[in-house]
Formats: sequence, C-alpha cells, structure tokens
Amino acid sequence: MSTTTESAPTPQPTSRPLWRRLIGFNLLTAVLLGVAGYYIGWLIGHHFGGGHSYKYESEADENDVALLLGYLGGVVGFLIGLGFANYPISRLLGRPASLREKEEEGIGRYFGLCTDHKVVGIQYLVGIGVFFFVGGLNAMLIRTELLHDTPTVVGPNQYLTLVGVHGSMMMGMMTSGILGPFANYFVPIMIGARRMAFPRIEALTFWLLMAAGFILMSTIFFGGFPTGWTGYEPLNDQAVMGMDSYIIFFALVGISMCLLGLNMLVTIITMRAPGMTWGRLPIFVWSVFATAVLMVLAAPTLIGTLAMSALDRTINTSFYVPGGGGSSYLFQNLFWFFGHPEVYILALPGFGIVLELLPVFTRKPLWGYRLAVSGMLGVSLMSFFVWQHHLFVSGINADLRPFYMLSTEIISIPTGFIFMCFMGTLWKARITFAVPMLFCLAWAFNFLIGGISGVALSDVPTDTQLHGSFFVMAHFHYTIMGGLIFSFFAAIYYWVPKMFGLRFNERLAKTHFWLMFLAFNSTFLPLFALGIKGMPRRVSSYAENLVGLNTWVSISAFVLGFSMLIFLFNVVYSLIFVRKPAEADPWHSKSIEWHLPTPVPVQNFDQIPVFDSDPYDYGTPLPIGAAASSPAGA
Amino acid sequence: MGSFTSKVLGVGAAVIIVGVLIGLYVADWATSFPPTVAATSAPAAVGGASLTLQTDAAVGQKLSPAHPDWVSYVVRSKGQWIRSTIYQVPAYSVVHVTIYQFDSPTGLRNPFLSQVQGTIGGTMTVDGRTVNSINPEEASHTFAVPEMGVFVPLPGVPEEAKNACEEGPCEPSTQAHRTITFSFRTGKKGRYRWQCFVPCGAGYLFGNGGPMQTLGYMGGFIDVV
Amino acid sequence: MSAPKQTEMSEPNHARRFTILWLVACLIGVPIVIWVIGPELGPGTGTDQAAGQSTDATVLSAVATPVFLLVVVYLVYAVIFFRQPSDGALEGPAVRGDAKIQTTWIAVTSAIVLAVAIFGTVRLEGASGAGSGSGPNPLTVPSGPRLPVQVIAQQWAFTYRYPTYGGVETPHLVLPVNTTIELNVTSLDVIHSFWAYQLGVKADANPGVNNVAFVKPTRIMGFEVRCAELCGIWHGAMFDPHGKVVSVPAFKAWITAARVAYAPATAVLPPYSKTYLPEPTRRGG
Repeated sequence: MSTTTESAPTPQPTSRPLWRRLIGFNLLTAVLLGVAGYYIGWLIGHHFGGGHSYKYESEADENDVALLLGYLGGVVGFLIGLGFANYPISRLLGRPASLREKEEEGIGRYFGLCTDHKVVGIQYLVGIGVFFFVGGLNAMLIRTELLHDTPTVVGPNQYLTLVGVHGSMMMGMMTSGILGPFANYFVPIMIGARRMAFPRIEALTFWLLMAAGFILMSTIFFGGFPTGWTGYEPLNDQAVMGMDSYIIFFALVGISMCLLGLNMLVTIITMRAPGMTWGRLPIFVWSVFATAVLMVLAAPTLIGTLAMSALDRTINTSFYVPGGGGSSYLFQNLFWFFGHPEVYILALPGFGIVLELLPVFTRKPLWGYRLAVSGMLGVSLMSFFVWQHHLFVSGINADLRPFYMLSTEIISIPTGFIFMCFMGTLWKARITFAVPMLFCLAWAFNFLIGGISGVALSDVPTDTQLHGSFFVMAHFHYTIMGGLIFSFFAAIYYWVPKMFGLRFNERLAKTHFWLMFLAFNSTFLPLFALGIKGMPRRVSSYAENLVGLNTWVSISAFVLGFSMLIFLFNVVYSLIFVRKPAEADPWHSKSIEWHLPTPVPVQNFDQIPVFDSDPYDYGTPLPIGAAASSPAGA
Repeated sequence: MGSFTSKVLGVGAAVIIVGVLIGLYVADWATSFPPTVAATSAPAAVGGASLTLQTDAAVGQKLSPAHPDWVSYVVRSKGQWIRSTIYQVPAYSVVHVTIYQFDSPTGLRNPFLSQVQGTIGGTMTVDGRTVNSINPEEASHTFAVPEMGVFVPLPGVPEEAKNACEEGPCEPSTQAHRTITFSFRTGKKGRYRWQCFVPCGAGYLFGNGGPMQTLGYMGGFIDVV
Repeated sequence: MSAPKQTEMSEPNHARRFTILWLVACLIGVPIVIWVIGPELGPGTGTDQAAGQSTDATVLSAVATPVFLLVVVYLVYAVIFFRQPSDGALEGPAVRGDAKIQTTWIAVTSAIVLAVAIFGTVRLEGASGAGSGSGPNPLTVPSGPRLPVQVIAQQWAFTYRYPTYGGVETPHLVLPVNTTIELNVTSLDVIHSFWAYQLGVKADANPGVNNVAFVKPTRIMGFEVRCAELCGIWHGAMFDPHGKVVSVPAFKAWITAARVAYAPATAVLPPYSKTYLPEPTRRGG
C-alpha cells in the first residue's frame, strides 16, 4: 500500500485580540444562545401550564411542558451558536457548497464545529472521558451508601437518582465510546479516505452528546428521577420534573447514535479506496460496520418510545397508563427492543478493538478473519431477536418464552466465534506484553465471565431467581465494563502515540492496568454472590447479613476508582507536562495509520492509497524457530 | 512548550476548580436529609416517648419554599412546628403518637388499610372515640410503619368544614382538624421507614408521586435508638 | 486442537500438553462446581420449584465449567508459553485459519447451545413455569387441586388475599405445606415484582394484569419477600421477612384467626377480582 510522504503546511491564524476572537460561532456563543433558548422554551411552555386542560400540572406544582420545551430550546440555541445552522442557511441562499469548517485554525478548532474527522475523534475522546468520570463518581457515591444496610449517607430518592444518572450516563456516553473517538479518527484512514461521508453531521453527533450529558446532570435541579436508566412506565409518568432530563438526554443520545451509525455505514460502503475490498477490510472497520447497523435501526425506537413518555407526562395521553387504556408492557417491549441491540452496540466495538490489536502484539495474522466477520454480523442480526429475555418473569405470554430462551442461547454461538479467533491468533504466537495487549487479555477473561453468566440468565428457571438481582448487575458490568471499557483503554494506550504523537509513562500505565484489573474483579465477582443470595437491584436497604459482602465490594470499588485516578494522572503527566514524543510506529504495526506522519495531515493522504492486502501481513510461513526477517513493514 | 503547558495548566486548573465545586454541590445535594427530631419523654405516669405530628393539605411557604403546595407531615419539636419526617424514638418502649389531621379526605387505593393494625390494642382514638377502622373513603392520610406492622388510617376533615387550614403550619386550637392518638411498641434498634398509603400526591399519576416520593413530606424514618 | 505439522523436534506438542492440562482442570473443577459450589447456587430446596431451580443452576454451571476452563487454561497457557523473548523480534507462524478446527468448534458449540435450550424448555414447562410469573394464561398448569392466593403489590408494600377463605386480606403471606399454590400477582399502581426467595418464586406485578406463578412448598420454613422491580423511593424497603410455610392444620387455624382479626377490613374490600384498578387511575387530587 502506498502512503503519503509530505503534508501541506498548516496556515497560521492571523493574530487578533482575544476578545475579538471570542466573537463568532463558537462554544461561548453556543452556551449563551443555549441559555437564551432554554428561557424562550420555558416561557412558551408556561403559557400552556395554566390552561384548563393542563390543570393537573399546576396542581402538582410542575410544568413538564415548560421544562421539555426549555431543554429543546436550549439544545437548538446551543447548536445554532456553534454554527450548525450556517451551512444549511448559506446553501438555501445559494452560496456554493463546502465541506470544510475551521479545519486549519489551531487549537480553537477543538472547541467548536470542526469537520476534520481527526479533530472530532479527539473531541469525543476528551468529552466522553469527562462524562465517564462523572458517571464513575456517581458510582463511588452509590457504593458509599451501600456500605450501610439502610439509607444513611444518601437519601433514598437521591440514591435512586444517582443510580439512574450513573446508568444513563454510562449507557448514553459509552455507546459511542469506541465509535466516537476511534472510529471517527481511524476508519477513514484505514479505508483510504480523506474524510467521513458527512463531516458536519459527524461534528453534530459529538455536540449533541455533550449537550445531552449536561442536560442529564441538570436533573438534580429538578428533583432527580426514580426509574433508573430503564425509565420504566408507569413510574416514569409518576415522577417529578427531573424525569424530563432523562427523556431529553436519551432522545439526544438516540439522535446522535443514529446519525453516527449512518455516517459510518455510508463512509464504509461508499468511500473505500481502490483495492480495499470487503475481504481486506480491517476487522475493526467490520466491527464498526456491524455496530453502525444496530445504531441506525435500534436508536429510533428509543426516540419514539420516549416521545410517547413525554406525551404521557405532559398532555395526558395513556400510551403506558393502564387506567386510560394503555399498557405497562408496551414500554417494556419498546424499550428493550432498543435496549438489547444497545448492549451489543456496546460489545461489538470491543470485539473489533481486541481482534485488531491482537495481530500486532502476537506477530501473527488474524486467525479466522471470515469467521470473525460472520460472528460480528451474526451477533448484529441476532440481537434483534432476543429482547424478551428481559421480560421472562414479567407475565408475557408464556408461549414466547421457549423461543426467546432459544434465541438468546443461539446468540452465544457467533459470540463464541470471536473467542475462537482470539484464541487462534494466540496459538504459537510471540506475545509482547505491552499495555494495550494486557488490556486485550483482560478483556478475554472478563467478557468470558460476563458471557457465561449470561447463560444462567437466559434459562428461564434460573432467571426466576436471578432477574432483577445483583447477579444481573454483575453480568452486565462484566460484559460492558470488563469488555468494552477494558478495550476502550486498550485502544487509548494503543492509539494515543498516533493521535497525539506522545508516549504514556509505562510504569504508571502498567500500575493502572493491574490495579484496575484486580480491583474490577474484586468489585464485581462478589456481586454474583450477592444476587444469588437475594439482593435486588437499585436498593439502598438490604438484608443485614449481606453487609460484609457489600463492604468488601465497596472498598474494592474505591480502589477501582483510584486506579482511574492513576490513569488521569498519567494523562496529565505524560500528555501535558512531560510530552515525550513517540516513535513513528512504536508497536511495529502494519496498519496504514502508523505509516502516516504525526500529526496526520488534514487531508490524510497526498494521494489516495491503493491497497493490495489486509493489514494482517504478519508472521512467517517458515517453521517456528527459524530466524525471522525484520518485524516491521515499510 | 512552556507557553502551551502554562495555557493548558491554566485551563486545566479552572476546569478542576469548577469540577470540584460541582462535585461538592452534588455530594451536598445527595447527602441532605431532613433534620432528625427526637420524640419527647411522655409524663412519668404514662411512660415511654411522645410524638406530636400534624398533616397539612398545603405545607406552606415557610415550611417548604420549594414546594408550598405539597401535602406534608409536620412535627412538633421544642415548641415549634418543623417539617421533618425523621423521628427518633427509644428501643423496647412504647411510643404515644398524637396527630392533628388538617387535610380533607382522598380515599384509600387499598381499603384493607382502613383497619388499624399494629397499635397497642389494635385501636386508635379519633376525636376521643376509640375505633379500630374508618370508612376507607374518608381516609386522608395514613401513618404506617410496615416493618413494625403498624398501619393507622387518618380520617379527613369534611370539605365543608369552617376554618379549614389553607397553608401550614396549621394551628390546632383555631383550625378545623381531627385528633388521632395511638401507641405502638418499638423493638430493637434500627432505621425503619414509614409512609403514607393514601394517594395524596395531587397531580401525580395514581396520586403516588411528588410528596409521596420525596423524603420529608409523606414518608420518612423512625430511628429506633 | 490439532497443530500444524512441525519439522523442529525441540518444539513441544502444545496441543497435547494443553489438552491434558484442560482435562485435568475439568476433572478437578467440575466436581467442585457440582458438589461444593452447586448447593450454594439456587434458592434452596424448600419448594418443588426452588429445588428445580437449584438443580438447573448446578447443571448449567457444570456444563459451563469446561467451556470456562477451556478459555482460561488456554489464556494462561498462551501467556506462559507463547511469549516474545525479551529482546526478540520474532514473528509467529502466518496461519490464517484451520477449517477443521473451525467446523468442530461451530458444531460443538451449536450442539451445547441447543442442548441447553432444550433442557431449559423441558425444565420450564415440566415444572409449570418453575416458579416464574407466567402471565394470565400459563402454558402448563400443574394437575390437581390448587390453593389460589392473590399477591397485591402497591406502593410500597405487599398484601395478600385468599379468595377461597372469604377474600380476607392479610399483610403477611402464610402458606400450607405440601399444597400446590396458585399465586395471582397484580399491582394497584406501578410495576413491582413479587420475589419470595426461599419459595423460588418471582413474578412481576403489573397494574391491570394478572401474573400467575405456581409453587408447591415441601418444607415448613420461613421465607422472605422482596420487591424486585424498581417502584419508587421505598423500593428497597418493600420487603417482608415474615413469610411462613406452616402445616395444614396450623394454616387453617391461622386463616380462621385472620378472618376474625381482619373482619372490619374485609367488610369494606371490593369483591375479589384477578385485577384491580382503584381510583385515582390517572391523576390524584
């Protein structure tokens, strides 16, 4: 494959006083217009609040219409302030088309609307990192409360809000946790394209997510919400105004996910360079493809479901209220129709990352490439056929349960393909235990435990004991945190030398890994026992005999939190203070991104590359032990 | 390098300071409880502890600036009426409760709770008369501690009553009310939640939202110490 | 797992070594799972359903153990034996797949999965729902006489109604031993879930819907009831540790006394019905 050799020089921004530079379509304007938009929406909403048909709203001292319109107005103002309306308006006025915004402008472009996919990738990395940290702090407060068996530190309704914000923040943010930063940055490069198919929409997905995160955090000003991240009706309808923050949060997350997936699909399908056939696509790009299909198809269901929730809460419809003709089952089914593909949206990119990194650190080609691809696509397809396993004991028609038991068991077959490819790539390998590789190995262990615990949940008789208990919590934390988050860190440690051209401190990185891995297992393994012993989810009152186990878990959780602080310290220390430059290809990878200059030029390549193989050209066809030639490619 | 590092440090320091302030705000919000009010000692002849409560239809600006329209329990503490629902009582003793009920009837969703349960003698007095149940349609609130088996329905003040209390704190000597008294025994130490079982959260679905789901209005803790 | 043919004598037969290690691990692990960990897994053996769940949990764990050990032993083996020497820059063999291994893996995993699914279905329907809430029209129903008991979930306590004993409602659940009980679970407001741990029963309570679960207690014991679906502020406090399974004469005595004690309440209760939606059905006031 050919690579570029030079980059065009970046033009320097002309020097203007700071206050002049602050005027324009940027983050500051966005925040100001967002606040203005919020008040405009609020005012409009108040005109509905006093009328006769909404009398009950004023009885309850609440105006959900005002808050919902306020949030929507705030988001619209925010996006206008960033400049998202400029291009559509300029086209409406007949001005020429342009794909580029602010791609040349220096560090300011990270704080606004920038159409360079690499900038969006870094924006995502930092933005999601901040909200991941926030969600983690919520978890620390939750575990502090669970040191006691009755509500002691945190009030019972604040506890439910913490649980809900933790879950929603993590689910909403980490669904784009790998696609946002790493797919945005590397997919165009890996397929030989100069940009994403829709660069402005790409930037939009990021800023929607940031607005959403802020809105979710604002729920505490409105009383919080008591439903947890699943937002079940009719409790949803009964909740105070803080519930509307949840509704808008997931509406924005849903839109962001849908657009992100769409962008990925169109880019991968239409913008591959010559020679980049489907059979040569890096496995990471395949995982992005499989994930994007789910995002595009599942996210709209969530948006529709929550729109009906909003209508129930404001204009007194009865979609989910049995007294008015609705059904509580409708919400559960609609939510989980989105919710189950959602968790595969979380898992699939993790599969892609570890299979992409493994060849680099084992010096072997990926074993079973076609099988891995079929595994990912199989998981993607099957994920739409299993959702009722969340409803096994809820009173659904009993005829359905054997079918969903079967489908849930069957989805473990394509998941098993990923493990087979992982293990095949390790066979007779030459493993280097760099930090990214450590995270990949930990992924395998964690996801294995998570996946096998899923078998217990997929079997209805055993699910009868385990549903709604801490066993489920352990299962999904093992698959999502043990799987996705570990692969998230693998990707960070792997690609930061490329994205920033800087090296992490090796000792801090290894300390972070070991502390995180051991503390993670120490925190979540006992949760299986807690569930088996009968502790339900989302409670701050539990049986006295479980205090010891809960104390162990809480202390391990604090250590886990501390390991994240070590990571943060490494980020600040290595990327801001020490700033030691990384070599061009520190992992000796044959993937194309490592053969571009750092920083990668705006247009990625001088000339569009022509591919003649997949990036897994490792290994020697010779017998083991014979002297090998130089390990790295060009 | 230096200028970049110092710029980033400046921004980073600002972000950290703002972050810490936000964190402290959130931690403060999460850990705020209504004040704990201790039951007073009953007169020596009676023995045990005494608790005096009232239930208001609208708790008023003074007691709740955030939600003046919400129904609420209010407790007598040191000669004042305070809005709190965390009451401290002694272990293994008798607690005598007097409730001045100022609100109008809403009716019980589950009429089973119209029977007095778990009190000493299985009865309560309403305006001096000893009863063991009320008409479920007349219930305005309940005082229930399910873990102790205590369920006490509180009848409401008729709609047409003169001198109804519009806004708390309400005054028993001048405003229309029902006086309910009962006693129950406490066991070992612990934190037991208590709640109202009448759907009195006006404007919320099934009447069980808002004040019913916020600590400090229609539910709280009995701390047995 | 068969390895590619090698020509070097010094290379150990990794496939054979690994297989032996895995088999030894299974020989140690599976008995530990069945006899040491297994009894801790289920909700006990106090009812037919709980005992069934305990057996199912042990069986599933025993089937999962060799799979788990396969991957874990392999990972440990690989990490120990397939390393890059400290200053090395060696490459591994450029093997991209093996049709035989892949086919075997697919066949074996499919067979295991199918077997587990069939096992689960047989155990579920053979036990008339195995203690789970099976909806208003369960697929399989136990034969013989059944004692109907209604579980009413409301924010935030469970109460229980006995339609064949005058529709009396009680705050605690008492059941007669060696009797098939038909639990009819419903809610008066939001979604709750009736979880009687030692009975091995979990059935969601939905408003306006009847969710049926069958249980046959076989031992005199106490049991704890907890709510297993988030229902608002007091969800965690919605529990009752005073459930009891008693002998048939003790049950008759208890229910007779309860009918007397709760007579004032029974007089004002609505007639027994599989579901209720009391006022207010929308907004309180």
